[in-house]
Amino acid sequence: MLTSFTFDFCLGEGEFVLEIHEEIEARVVAVFGVSGAGKTSVLESLAGLRTPRRGRIRIGGRTLFDTDADVDLPPYARRVGYVPQDLALFPHLNVRRNILYGAGAKPVFALTQVLRLLELDGLLERQVSRLSGGERQRVALARALMASPSVLLLDEPLAALDTGLRARILPYLKRIRDELTIPMVYVSHAKEEVRAVADWVLVLDRGRVVRSAAEV
Amino acid sequence: MNDVVSVALFTIGMASVATLVMLPAGIAMAWVLARHSFPGRVVLETLVSLPLVLPPVATGLILIAIVGRRGPVGALLEWVGIEVMFTRLGVVLAMSVMGLPLLVRAARAGFEQVDQRQEQIAATLGARPVHVFFTVSLPLARRGVIAGALLGFSRALGEFGATIMVAGALPSTRTIAVAIYTYTETGQQQAAAGMLAVAAAIACASLVLSNRLGASQTC
Repeated sequence: MLTSFTFDFCLGEGEFVLEIHEEIEARVVAVFGVSGAGKTSVLESLAGLRTPRRGRIRIGGRTLFDTDADVDLPPYARRVGYVPQDLALFPHLNVRRNILYGAGAKPVFALTQVLRLLELDGLLERQVSRLSGGERQRVALARALMASPSVLLLDEPLAALDTGLRARILPYLKRIRDELTIPMVYVSHAKEEVRAVADWVLVLDRGRVVRSAAEV
Repeated sequence: MNDVVSVALFTIGMASVATLVMLPAGIAMAWVLARHSFPGRVVLETLVSLPLVLPPVATGLILIAIVGRRGPVGALLEWVGIEVMFTRLGVVLAMSVMGLPLLVRAARAGFEQVDQRQEQIAATLGARPVHVFFTVSLPLARRGVIAGALLGFSRALGEFGATIMVAGALPSTRTIAVAIYTYTETGQQQAAAGMLAVAAAIACASLVLSNRLGASQTC
């Protein structure tokens, strides 16, 4: 099922300005570009961690930000599952409590479903400091999914992993896409990842969209 | 000996209550100073730190001006039947004010060490600011907060100048520091030495604990 994404906003001023004016119908939108292109700024704007100067952000019919309508949902009300590049797992909580942090009383996805999907069953009582890189990545994904997001925002989810681990994590992302049918915005600077996961690509260069196409 | 024990227990009790009183205010101030920039921030920082640099008796004098019978707060409290001057409440107040700067400093350092990224991610997971504070910020800053509480407690234990100004040296308000002073003044050197030993033991224990927590701030 396709989701409508409206990214129509300007962020920042001075040396770096991010400017996007796109209406997209897709399952997974990849934001592609070199370091410093503004990819993470796009995700942070969608998550409500940065405030654009003006414009609109709509995902799946929900308005997250609209300067004309005076809408600026705070991060806790946006229902985005943001997995940042540094993962930001909570070091004082074990895996179970990390995963259930944003779960609420009635999460959309059952815990058992998410644990099975990401193969995390045996790790629930472990402290996050004792996880491997790939395990940490999967815990961050599970935590984002259990918060019942309406969209998943993934910031270079494989960038910090070695080649072997990348090959092992990529199928999990595809399973999330195919089994949970949750829309995603996927930031990456690796073409092969974008090809494997996304059905639309936005190519950014110094804060501007230089290509927006379904041909990944 | 009985007198030494009862004064020591009274002081520990008052310092514990003072620590409980200063904790919510101290944690709130520490978090605000660590996380927010606002007009008047320098004034707040200065006011919080003032008891560290003012002579304690001067702080006591300021407290008398505020909570004394003719003071704005004191008059209001007296109207509702609460007496601060020369009462145990006065002891707790003096101890709290003198201990607060140490608590705020250590707790603030604790909050500054918390990665704000984790607070942001908690928010994107649906947690409102208060929930983020109690489930992420405070637990991650806990070592700084506990170290600060122990420092504040230690300071409260040894408080003399502000306490004697606000609460006097009555038998019902006599703390360890005040007792050492009065024993010395009245020539009871042995009792003063006993009180000194108790005070040193308690202060050393809480300082060692505080330093150990401070040395291992990372989670």
